[in-house]
Amino acid sequence: MNNSYLTPSQLKAKRKNFSILATLIVLIVITFVISMNTGVIKLTPMEVLRTLFGQGDAQQQLILYEFRLPRIVIAVLVGMGLAISGAILQGISKNALADPGILGINAGAGLAVMLYVSFFPTTKAAPVYLLPILAFVGAGLTAVLIYSLSYRRHEGITPMRLILTGVAVAAGISSAMIVLTLRLSPENYQFVAIWLAGSIWGSNWRFVLSLLPWLVILLPFVYSKSRVLNVLNLGELTAVGLGASIEKERRWLLAAAVGLAGASVSVSGGIGFVGLVAPHLARQLVGAKHQFLLPTAALLGGFLVLMADTIGRSILEPSEIPAGIVVAVLGAPYFLYLLARLKE
Amino acid sequence: MTTSTGVGELNDLEELQKRSHPIRGVVTLIVGVIGLIIAIGLSISFGAADISLGTVWTAVTHFSPELTTHQIIHDIRLPRVLGAALVGASFAVAGAIMQGMTRNPLADSGLLGLNSGAAFMLAVCFAFFPGLPYMYLILWSFVGAGLGVAIVYGIGSLSKGGLTPMRLVLAGAAVSALLGALGEGVALYFRIGQDLAFWYAGGVSGTKWSHLQILSPWILVAMIGALVLSRSITVLSLGEEIAVGLGQRTAVVKIWGMIIVLVLAGAAVSVVGAVGFVGLIIPHLTRYIVGHDYRWIIACSLVYGALLVVLADLVARVINPPYETPIGALIAFIGVPFFLYLARKGGKEL
Repeated sequence: MNNSYLTPSQLKAKRKNFSILATLIVLIVITFVISMNTGVIKLTPMEVLRTLFGQGDAQQQLILYEFRLPRIVIAVLVGMGLAISGAILQGISKNALADPGILGINAGAGLAVMLYVSFFPTTKAAPVYLLPILAFVGAGLTAVLIYSLSYRRHEGITPMRLILTGVAVAAGISSAMIVLTLRLSPENYQFVAIWLAGSIWGSNWRFVLSLLPWLVILLPFVYSKSRVLNVLNLGELTAVGLGASIEKERRWLLAAAVGLAGASVSVSGGIGFVGLVAPHLARQLVGAKHQFLLPTAALLGGFLVLMADTIGRSILEPSEIPAGIVVAVLGAPYFLYLLARLKE
Repeated sequence: MTTSTGVGELNDLEELQKRSHPIRGVVTLIVGVIGLIIAIGLSISFGAADISLGTVWTAVTHFSPELTTHQIIHDIRLPRVLGAALVGASFAVAGAIMQGMTRNPLADSGLLGLNSGAAFMLAVCFAFFPGLPYMYLILWSFVGAGLGVAIVYGIGSLSKGGLTPMRLVLAGAAVSALLGALGEGVALYFRIGQDLAFWYAGGVSGTKWSHLQILSPWILVAMIGALVLSRSITVLSLGEEIAVGLGQRTAVVKIWGMIIVLVLAGAAVSVVGAVGFVGLIIPHLTRYIVGHDYRWIIACSLVYGALLVVLADLVARVINPPYETPIGALIAFIGVPFFLYLARKGGKEL
């Protein structure tokens, strides 16, 4: 974008947007430091800093590097992935209620986890490494199913049909889960319920490694499609008139949304609300242009999940509240406040 | 609601007439009522003790308390079937009104925060007052549903631009997420999630005459209200601006619509939990058949919603006796393929 073409008011808006991005980054850093200090074993901020620069003792190193840091990184990555996935879906469907849930991603992943737990309930060690893979497969299969059910020859996919199909398939999967729920033993039920509520339980570098490639590849890809998303937002006819090959672009963007949400959900469970709320908040902060909307939504999502996880860990020590619940309890009132305050 | 008969109104209504099919409406309605009567008869006669349809008839017309079969019909099966019919009709009509008012095909009564409000209250009751009688559980569920609606509606009308459909939908989604999360949190902390699941799986099995006595007057009045309001909802479903242009006081229509939805869906949710899918698919189905006139959509939704839940309840009892399959699962099982078919076929009609 070339600054010389901008009017003073546009320049001002742009500066405001950059300051919002900067504020979000600062907020994430602050939450990061707080989160590092949060836990059963208290560390002072100085100890955290010293350990981060390699000066801490063995115990401090273990706590920070093996327990807290991976968890924090995962929380931020998951938030980013879900937020961008939601932003894509809201952008291409033009439906304000769209979030990764409408592609059946949460439901599919949940069903896979529940099936696994109800058929192989005893082993506690194995699932930890298998569950994310299963969840991802479940999420992906569901998305493919929904896509192929709503695909019609010559017409391709219309957003409305995609959403309706998604809702129906998700409802079907949820009812299958109700039936399975009744068969689970109480301990297994509790495990699945916590998983479904969305909690960052995979605090391990291996999970970071399984999540990171998706974001490293897909986030820049989606960002490069900002203009396409802007055009799609104007409406189908305008988009065709402007020369966008809608079907192809939409398919790629959908695939990206599935990849991001699937990877995120597979390590975090159902933190669905982030995908709904972060893009909306971002839109109200920086407007509908995806060049700013996408980074803002990503940072907001990361911040929300990190904050939620930190609060969820500290409020009821030593037991935890799933981050998904905290996100909804904190995010919803703020969202409602914005909704009541703003005109459109 | 419309008082002036301008040329513009006539044109719009003519346009609407073209898109609605009264003859189909009458046929659909008659077929539905016959189907409903047959389904109710079958549902009463099937069960752990099979009872012939003739006995069902005499039990209704000449009830004699000495006969066991008559007692089974009178005390267990009849209230249950009537409960199922009431619940189904309520959900479907509430869903039809919601879709008409918000013009969002994804709208159902759950969007007003009803389902999550009721679920939250139920979780609180299970956690803090275990062993509360069924009657009170239903009442508290209804209070929860009302709470959900009150928050959604309050937020919506507090805002500067008034309660637009978009704002209603977003506020509903946010409140549902909030109350849902609180309920989930309570359920996880007190480890009562599975008890709640069993409650929801129970469906209409626990319905008794005393519950019907309390619920049915409210539901009947609300149904009549819905039918009275249906013409205004048709106008509103053309869009806010057109409705205002036609001289409709849209705010009045919306408030009444909301109250009717609260009574219908609140009562239904409190009895069976969130079997919300009925409210989503039945209005779509009827709109697909009878066109866009909400007088027909609401009347047909009433009948077919009742039919769907009565059938689902019947299948739930018969499929795997003596266990009952969760009714919500069955409704989804019947409804999902059908809805998928409509979504594929219907194109712009949906």
